Amino acid sequence: MEPLTSKKKVLEQKPLTFAERMYLPAIAKGLSVTISHLFKKEATIRYPEVEREFSTNFRGMHSLKRDEEGRERCTACGLCALSCPAEAITMIAAERKPEEKELYREEKYAAVYEINMLRCIFCGLCEEACPKEAIYLDGPIVPADYLRKDFIYGKDKLVEQPLNK
Amino acid sequence: MDIAFVIEKFVLVAIIFGISLLIAMYSTYAERKVAAFLQDRLGPDRAGPFGILQPLADGVKMFMKEEIIPSNASKWLFMVGPGLAMLTACIGTAVIPWGSDITIGDRVIPLQVTDINVGILYIFGVVSLGVYGVMIGGWASNNKYSLLSAIRAASQNISYEIAMGLSIIALLLVTGTMSLKEIVEQQHGWHWNVLYQPLGFLIFMICAFAETNRAPFDLPECETELIGGYHTEYSSMKLGFYLFAEYINMFVSSAVMATLYFGGYNYPGMDWVLLHTGPIIGPLIGTFVFFIKIFAFIFFFMWVRWTIPRFRYDQLMHLGWKGLIPLAIANIIITGIVIAIIEKF
Repeated sequence: MEPLTSKKKVLEQKPLTFAERMYLPAIAKGLSVTISHLFKKEATIRYPEVEREFSTNFRGMHSLKRDEEGRERCTACGLCALSCPAEAITMIAAERKPEEKELYREEKYAAVYEINMLRCIFCGLCEEACPKEAIYLDGPIVPADYLRKDFIYGKDKLVEQPLNK
Repeated sequence: MDIAFVIEKFVLVAIIFGISLLIAMYSTYAERKVAAFLQDRLGPDRAGPFGILQPLADGVKMFMKEEIIPSNASKWLFMVGPGLAMLTACIGTAVIPWGSDITIGDRVIPLQVTDINVGILYIFGVVSLGVYGVMIGGWASNNKYSLLSAIRAASQNISYEIAMGLSIIALLLVTGTMSLKEIVEQQHGWHWNVLYQPLGFLIFMICAFAETNRAPFDLPECETELIGGYHTEYSSMKLGFYLFAEYINMFVSSAVMATLYFGGYNYPGMDWVLLHTGPIIGPLIGTFVFFIKIFAFIFFFMWVRWTIPRFRYDQLMHLGWKGLIPLAIANIIITGIVIAIIEKF
């Protein structure tokens, strides 16, 4: 094959000197390198007791936001589901009844809002698509679980806690 | 033979057996911890505080695993293999002097199961028997990888036993006895044999690494070439026995190295300590020192494992036959000449 570059470095392999053939100096050197690591700080973080510090724009679990009066912002327009490249979001919209005015901000709301956390790729496109600033990926890492069905998060897990509680 | 003697020996055997099993158990834990610390990790820390119950968890796991015997295996030999490996690993501890004699009343209790006058030869015999466990297991598995591994183990052990034996001959020239008890007594205080036989010790230690199939000489179980080596077909506690035997071997060879070259239970200033602590506590302090030396060697075994990559097979043979054996012979000649000169003048 033709060389791809004009750069060329000839590697010279000298025969080992006597000291090198003894192996022992090299072994001692290697042992000193490994023992020095005994006194270094370990890189391990004891998750879940200790959590790594994330940057401020880290995208974790989703949360559905409430407005300043504690009403759910989501109006079930479906833009987040439409923008989702992994098709992780599904929702069923419902019409707000007059007595539910304190609960939902707009006349239409999401009766069911589900995110499949196994499908989600945490790209943040739903956050960008939302016209009502209702969904943000500002939570922690999604915890592990045993069954697939337990990874489909409903409104019980996603909606933010009410302000006054 | 009185009853007290039998009881005394029986208790001693039970204690030594228990201790060697305990140390082997916690060597597996220590190995993982040392590996972790040398690689800037934490190691097992989930089972109990600092993961101290990890060996128990591993043991339970081993017992719970399904017992599989390959249909084409030689069934009886397949079962004998791990037992033999375990047995030969354990009986090596019988001749090692664990401490100086304890005196209770007018009864002298030696902290050694038996002081045979060919102690070193006994150790050699047991160590060379150790390869039979590996060989039988590897052959009986009826698996080409296991068989290759068994052949490797056998040829490696035979090659390195020669250099080991030759390095011991030089030591015997210095000590003039084969009884391990007498060899230890000669090293009283600071007169450790490693000061007189540094080269012999080096050769002996390298051979001990090879005999115990530890890295960098762990070719019989090298995963990249032989899957699991001789224990590829083994499962459950039979596999556990093989792994366990390796750690007991490590413990025994550490003890032998400490006995032959590092003064056993001797330490500088031991006379003063013995005088001030009495005939029971004093020897036990010696035993404690001996165990510290053993642990240092075990740590060294692990430290080397996580430092040096595995030898290639031809390099292994090259080192054994062309490196260590001539070196050991030269060591004998030099030692002999020096002793002859000293005796002449």
